[in-house]
Amino acid sequence: MSIRHSLLALLSRGPRYGYQLRTEFEAATGSTWPLNIGQVYSTLGRLERDELVLRGGQDEEGRSVYSLTERGAEEVRQWFATPLTRAERPRDELAVKLALALTSPGVDVRAVVQAQRAATLRSMRDLTKLKTTAEGPAWPLVLESMIFQAEAEIRWLDHCETTLLHTAPPVPAHDAAPPIGEDSDERARTR
Amino acid sequence: MSVLELDDVHRDHGGGAALVRALRGLSLTVLPGEFVAVMGPSGSGKSTLLNLAGGLVTPTRGRVVVSGTDLTGLGATARAALRRRSIGYVFQELNLIPSLTAAENVMLPRELDGVRTRTARADAMSALSEVGLVGEAGRFPEEMSGGQRQRVAIARALVGERRLILADEPAGALDSNGGEEIMRVLRARCDAGTACLMVTHESRHAAWADRVVFLRDGLAVDSTEPAPGPEILLEKR
Repeated sequence: MSIRHSLLALLSRGPRYGYQLRTEFEAATGSTWPLNIGQVYSTLGRLERDELVLRGGQDEEGRSVYSLTERGAEEVRQWFATPLTRAERPRDELAVKLALALTSPGVDVRAVVQAQRAATLRSMRDLTKLKTTAEGPAWPLVLESMIFQAEAEIRWLDHCETTLLHTAPPVPAHDAAPPIGEDSDERARTR
Repeated sequence: MSVLELDDVHRDHGGGAALVRALRGLSLTVLPGEFVAVMGPSGSGKSTLLNLAGGLVTPTRGRVVVSGTDLTGLGATARAALRRRSIGYVFQELNLIPSLTAAENVMLPRELDGVRTRTARADAMSALSEVGLVGEAGRFPEEMSGGQRQRVAIARALVGERRLILADEPAGALDSNGGEEIMRVLRARCDAGTACLMVTHESRHAAWADRVVFLRDGLAVDSTEPAPGPEILLEKR
């Protein structure tokens, strides 16, 4: 997710204080992506350096109003006009984890797949619950995007499992090793 | 008290070399107001589970208890009566009768229950209003959209005192918005106290449930834990 472009897009509605940008970002995305105020100001600093925003004078409380420059406005137009590519979302730790599970001795890949499927369904359920109470046009849209992505992940896991049934022999449940990954402790607890 | 309880249920189909062990010791409890989804690959025992829960088939071993009555101890006639009184079914193929209006389709189970026409109609209108279709009560199935027809089928499953809904891919034939309407209706019913057991292969639909049970080769291999906190469970009991 590009904080940089999100802030520029919010500034295209008109000049804003830094704390307003944070509030409006969180309102638009239903607090699904918490943003800390430090991130906001460090991003604004870089945008100012790159001459995409202009920092106005300080008010009596020492706060500055930021506004979009012409270059900044062009950057927002370009952002909305350009589709995202997969390469800009490189995090596919799950695919890497499953690939490693397949080739690591003593790992029950089916258990890894099932643990992930249950975890993804749980988060899908939480998102669905949030959606039933979500107001306004923007937040449900963001939630649905996350729900459909989770659905795609589960479909892919189903597909992996079916493929595995035809290739790998089942590993007996008693010597199932914990899934590999930095959160393997948590996995082991939830199973 | 649970609305549905399966206790170490086994179900075999066929025999000898053709023996299929469709369920191999499944235990499952559905409480009032609980929405439980069942997922699993083809042949994992999902349909057998629904047929057992609905008393359409009997277990080879184990117990199936609906609203406190052990189905396995009942004869065919008593089982049919309990099935008709306590359980509503929703299938992907909706089986509405084309020559009856929406209201008449929904009245049908109540008339079979033996209630008077006037009462059956009132019950049907109240069930149709729950699914948001009072305005369509006089329409025939072919005059409605697929989503509306499926909501009529749900109203028919709900009508009267039925406290358990068994749903087999209830939104399977609908587009994503139509499917979501169905899930909202089922969710609202469960929030109002009905229990629902739904088989689906769509994770997006299963995500509306409180709990998802994963079946594989006739066994429950995993489950997401119940969603609400303990205080809600206390209210339900």
